[in-house]
Amino acid sequence: MLLQKKLILTETKLFLREPAAVFFVTVLPVALLLVLGLSVPGFRDADPNLGGERFIDAQFPAMMVLLSVTMLALSTLPATLVGYREKGVLRRLSTTPVRPGSLLVAQITISAVVGVVSTAVTLALGHVVLDVPVPRMLAAFAGVLLLGAVALFSIGLWLAAVAASARVVQGVSAAVMFPLLFLGGMWLPRDLMPSPLRAVSDFTPTGAFGQALRDTMGGHAPSPAHLAVLAGWVLLAGISAARMFRWE
Amino acid sequence: MAIISVHNLRKTYGEKVAVDDVSFAVEEGEIFGIVGRNGAGKTTTVECVAALRTPSSGTIEFGAGLTDVKEQIGIQLQDCSLPDKLRVGEALDLYASFYSRPADWRSLLGEIGLDPRAAFATLSGGQRQRLSIALALVGSPRVAILDELTTGLDPQARRDTWDLISRIREMGVTVLLVTHFMEEVERLCDRVAVISAGRVLAVDTPDGLVARAGGGQRIVFRTTGSVDALTALPEVTAVHRNGDEVVVTGTGDLLVAVVGALPAGQVSGLRTERTTFDDAFLTLTGHAPEPA
Repeated sequence: MLLQKKLILTETKLFLREPAAVFFVTVLPVALLLVLGLSVPGFRDADPNLGGERFIDAQFPAMMVLLSVTMLALSTLPATLVGYREKGVLRRLSTTPVRPGSLLVAQITISAVVGVVSTAVTLALGHVVLDVPVPRMLAAFAGVLLLGAVALFSIGLWLAAVAASARVVQGVSAAVMFPLLFLGGMWLPRDLMPSPLRAVSDFTPTGAFGQALRDTMGGHAPSPAHLAVLAGWVLLAGISAARMFRWE
Repeated sequence: MAIISVHNLRKTYGEKVAVDDVSFAVEEGEIFGIVGRNGAGKTTTVECVAALRTPSSGTIEFGAGLTDVKEQIGIQLQDCSLPDKLRVGEALDLYASFYSRPADWRSLLGEIGLDPRAAFATLSGGQRQRLSIALALVGSPRVAILDELTTGLDPQARRDTWDLISRIREMGVTVLLVTHFMEEVERLCDRVAVISAGRVLAVDTPDGLVARAGGGQRIVFRTTGSVDALTALPEVTAVHRNGDEVVVTGTGDLLVAVVGALPAGQVSGLRTERTTFDDAFLTLTGHAPEPA
């Protein structure tokens, strides 16, 4: 049985005992939205570059959701799993009747819950404080969130599979995560990217995910091409991770 | 019937032979030692027994109602650790939840004498090993496999760990103890298998192994005089001389016989030695320093 309640509970406690991890994936995205949304006046004005939307209506909150999920998937998850493998935590687990896969299930469950909570808090506080509209295509938004999260978590698991040590995975995570966040539109909105850069961005998991989040928040259907890109990443990274993952 | 019977176990990794040909049987309720140098194949052998590795050939049979290896064999391995911020009580509670009939982890906690609120990262080496033993016992196993438990521990922590292992046997748990400490074998093990280069050299009680290695007593002293008279004594089996130092081995009232036959006033530094398990091990594995 892969679903071990006490294991999930214990891993949740351990996650909450890492203040830095909790801060970066839950507090930071919400705080950025609220602080910058309140202090940078231009963010609250209708922007012709964004088709007359305010920056904080869809672009900014979509990027904060992307930031939270990306950090969980590409930093927290692989660092935890590789650390456990390196320290022999997985090896010890393999001596019990429980399969080490249970730990994977526990970690992914926690990440999923944290990602959903962080997204909900970002949208709720954004709505209350900055009058950020509730995503008009809520079901599509939730579907995009799920698909994008699965794609990024597959990449995170693939990183955990190929990294030899905890030190290596930290470096590799950062080297992968920051370019992906940039191409996702974190610092330069995709609407303002030169078209060759945006074309590259379209094929990255973060570019496709970020745009699909932004579309559904603004009440537009996500582009099928972006959904296909995300599905492609799920297959590519998911299969590589499953083939290469080692428990010890 | 034996609780674990290993027949002609062999495990290779590509060209490398980790275990060549190992057979032994562990009786229920005993502390069975597996002793050998580093790299002799001890750990691979017990990992095969605990179903953590698949043997290349050979069989492992279980008796005495041992039907589910993962449930009924608790194993403490080297190089295993826990998350730094996991507390002792949480670890025991968590691992207890993995088994269908766990032991009461609170009473195990009393046995190992640790603070349940202490985080794993704050524990000393000895405390980690005691926690590790408790985790191997928390599923109420029939057999506990303990691998190189006391390596790296200070003498006091080592003795505390030995006491704990003796109490495990009193609980009715069969113990398979992997070690390279001869003192540990002599103190704890009922029987022991000596492994070298992936093969079993002997399976016997520690005393039996000592007897095989010549047993008996040794007398060592210094003299400048002749010791030819000693070889004629019925108690003496051998006399070796290296410069001034003389080593006499033999049986019976060796000391009385030797002292009586030595010339007065020419002997110094006389002492008697018993063959130890250390000597027996060295003799068996063929690395014995030749007597002078």
